[in-house]
Amino acid sequence: MKKHDHQPPGWATGLLRWYCRPRLLEDLEGDLYEYFIRNVRDKGLRYAQLIYFLDVIKFMRPYTIRKIDPFHFLTHFMMIGSYFKTSRRNLVRNKLFSFINIVGLAVSMSVGLLVIAIVNDLRSYDDFHRNHDNIYRIITHNHPEGQPTADFASSSGRVAQRLRSDVPGIADFTIIRNGFSGDAQVGQNTFPLEATWAGQSFFKILTFPLVAGDPSTALKEPYSLVLTEKTALKLFGNTNIVGQTVRFDTLDYQVTGVAKDVPHLSHIRFDALISYATADALYGKKGDGFNNWDNMWSNYIYITLPKGGSLVGVQRALDQISKEENRALQHRKITLSLQPFNDIALGRKLSNNMGPRTEPATLWILGGLAFVIILSACFNYTNLSVARSLRRSREVGVRKIIGARGSHVLGQFMTESVLISLLALLFSFALYLLLRKEFLAIDPHVAKIFTLDLSLRSVLCFIALAVFTGLAAGFLPAVFFSKINALSVMKDASGIRIFRHIGMRRVLIVAQYALSLIFIATTLVGYSQYKGFLNFDLGFNTENILNIKLRGADAAALKKDLAEIPEVKQLSQSSMVPSVGSMYGFDVKYYPAGAALPVDSGLVWVNTVDENYVPIHKHQLVAGSNFVLRPEKGNESELIVNQQVLKRFNIGGRDPQKALGHVIEVDGQKLTIVGVMRDFHYGTVENKIEPVMFRYSKSEPQGYLNLLISSTDLASTMAKIETAWKRFDKVHPINATFYDEQIEEAYSGFSMMVKIIGFLAFLAICIASLGLFGMVVFTTETKLKEISIRKVLGASEPGLVYLLCRGFITLLAIAALIALPVTYLLFDKILLTRFAYHQPIGLAELLGGTLVVMLLAVVMIGSQTAKAARSNPAKVLKSE
Amino acid sequence: MKGTNLGEFEELVLLTIAALGLEAYSVAICDELERYTGRSAKLGVVHAVLNRLEEKGLSKSHLGDASATRGGKRKRFYEVTHAGKVALTRAKDLREAIWRDIPGFNLEGSI
Repeated sequence: MKKHDHQPPGWATGLLRWYCRPRLLEDLEGDLYEYFIRNVRDKGLRYAQLIYFLDVIKFMRPYTIRKIDPFHFLTHFMMIGSYFKTSRRNLVRNKLFSFINIVGLAVSMSVGLLVIAIVNDLRSYDDFHRNHDNIYRIITHNHPEGQPTADFASSSGRVAQRLRSDVPGIADFTIIRNGFSGDAQVGQNTFPLEATWAGQSFFKILTFPLVAGDPSTALKEPYSLVLTEKTALKLFGNTNIVGQTVRFDTLDYQVTGVAKDVPHLSHIRFDALISYATADALYGKKGDGFNNWDNMWSNYIYITLPKGGSLVGVQRALDQISKEENRALQHRKITLSLQPFNDIALGRKLSNNMGPRTEPATLWILGGLAFVIILSACFNYTNLSVARSLRRSREVGVRKIIGARGSHVLGQFMTESVLISLLALLFSFALYLLLRKEFLAIDPHVAKIFTLDLSLRSVLCFIALAVFTGLAAGFLPAVFFSKINALSVMKDASGIRIFRHIGMRRVLIVAQYALSLIFIATTLVGYSQYKGFLNFDLGFNTENILNIKLRGADAAALKKDLAEIPEVKQLSQSSMVPSVGSMYGFDVKYYPAGAALPVDSGLVWVNTVDENYVPIHKHQLVAGSNFVLRPEKGNESELIVNQQVLKRFNIGGRDPQKALGHVIEVDGQKLTIVGVMRDFHYGTVENKIEPVMFRYSKSEPQGYLNLLISSTDLASTMAKIETAWKRFDKVHPINATFYDEQIEEAYSGFSMMVKIIGFLAFLAICIASLGLFGMVVFTTETKLKEISIRKVLGASEPGLVYLLCRGFITLLAIAALIALPVTYLLFDKILLTRFAYHQPIGLAELLGGTLVVMLLAVVMIGSQTAKAARSNPAKVLKSE
Repeated sequence: MKGTNLGEFEELVLLTIAALGLEAYSVAICDELERYTGRSAKLGVVHAVLNRLEEKGLSKSHLGDASATRGGKRKRFYEVTHAGKVALTRAKDLREAIWRDIPGFNLEGSI
């Protein structure tokens, strides 16, 4: 008897059944079993199982393998009409379930569509260049001794000088330099204009078509100017302007071409191009390091390879150039490499990058979030379909008795789910159009990067998404139905054990709710952190300070005008606005008091300010005083530092009082420390507090005016300020922002993420709630008779509600137990590690969202179960 | 008469079927063959030959009753058809005709 307990491996038998012809199967299976039993007896179970498996493999022969039945496929094809018909009828008959499924799928897929459109946009960046597969950008790697390597998208002008003669094996190259900014005078009018310097071959390598002018010579001569159509219309009012001149300061530039406007999906963007020869003529000849090997900050060099050219040779030549040039450098090396043109917009992070760039990881995260949301909707479909299998099992039974095979039933249910998801696609497309508008408006940067236009490729991807979603959602129910035993279903419909898959359904519900809770908790915690960043104590005052950006003119007159406005209490000047992301630093040398030689050197961040800056921003001086002297530019001798500087250089044993009088050499000037201020946040909260110094300058023409405003009528004050600005600068519009708004702007990326996650949280909760609602309705419906009988026997209504709710509440509790720690760890270990300073993760935020979601679910469950519990048992039981 | 020619192993299997009578199913045939020849007869080989004999019309088969010893699977019993009997007899006659023509001394001493 014991021998019979040993069974051959089931999957091997499954394989045999799968491939073997039905006619041969039964006795062959019997034969193999007989041998198996013999082997178990003689050689042991392990050996017998191995032999059994090998025999199954060995029996795969031409005469045993099942023939593909063309008729089998033909029936599928013929039955499609019938599948459509039954699917349609089912959709109409079960309105609630159809509604839940279609809405859930539509909502979740609209997010998927958005992600597809985003990915499509990013992947088609720079595709409009005819030659885009063959263009490479030369990028620079800076290796300072003892410090990590930094990678730059830009490279030195020296590289371009040497390319022509020293790098064989490139077809052509061009150089671009950003940063031209001037006031263009056309006749009597003046317009501010920002332009890009571009080398002669610019139009040859890159595809920016000209509507007028000769692309090969347009950027050849110095002082040539190419305008885009938009700029041309702004400056001249028409585009027929080749040969006209535009005046910048004292120089005349000749318009040599008009280019079509730059396509949106381009990392190179310009309003106007000026021949690079101009920059060479203006700056290159002066010898102030314009073309120095280590001046690698502003130029971008693009090369093309000849047909069949190899990168290896070019790279070798570049290595040779850097080797030769590096000899002149001390304590660091600069190397060059090539970056494919197609990898620029969607590639690695490089400093000084030009144009939009997206981290590939961002795409994965977005895709992952969309996947999770769609999965949640698929869970609904799976759950509800399996749950209502009772109603459809008879149909499957009849089909099977008439002659449908398992695969036919599988096909039918897959068709149905794909049909539903295609229907959902229609709705989700409408939603997507809304979502797209919202997404583009969420942040000005987003609209700059994406267009999200429809293309054939994106539409095909949309349809593919719908089909895949349908298949994924329908797979489990289809498998479930295809395995239904026709005979037992027809004998007794209740014989089919609908609650057999209850475990799986529970897991799906828990997963859905856990995800929703993670999303909502993430949103709330993220939002409170964001608020924390905005209200963070930076160590100085930012309230009521209006920063006005200056445009290169000395602002003495404007200051006088502004000071007369009564609401402007005080004003100061600074070269930059700290704590909103930008940072400027100097390598300084420290001379202890009286010493002739420096003892230490290091990087110190800097802001150049006037004497009013410190009081307006309420920086606390722990020792010394504000700037006393009022020297002209270049003659300053005073310096205010923060406590970190004392710590970094160990000045005066870190005692602020003793630090006064020590000397720090900045940029060749020896400055004496006259004040020490309390540490404050110069960078954003992502950065640790580091050494910072304030230098003195009476006037910063490229910097900011900082106005301390005290006003009850902000609009009129702003109008007054603007009038003063217009008197001062007729060309540029005023650029004035309150400090607090600038800080908000600095964390806009974070707030955008919170908004997106918040939106996804909303969707996830909607979908999970729909699913739960469907399950509750179904469960109470199927248990209606049980409830009625219990009621007749004397059960109380609250007792019945408790009985029905119990299971669901337990599931929600499990989901919460999973979600909350996960969210906490997510923030604690991953998201907040970037930030050097942040608030503790609040328990209230973590629990708050959970409570709301739970409450929603409990109300939903409660209302449905109460309805069932209140039903009149006589009516229910009468119909039996 | 292409297709009715018997290979040596086919002939052995067909003879075993005939010898086993009503008990001729694949596992039993294998066992009998092993007993007659002293060589191990693999089920895979025998199964293929049984299938081929049936295709040639030399044997026919039917499924027997289910029994618990085989995991509830039925046995397929084989029997020799008329054509099979003819083929066996012809093969035997052929050999005997040749044996008769062998002069006695030609095989003497070689055994």
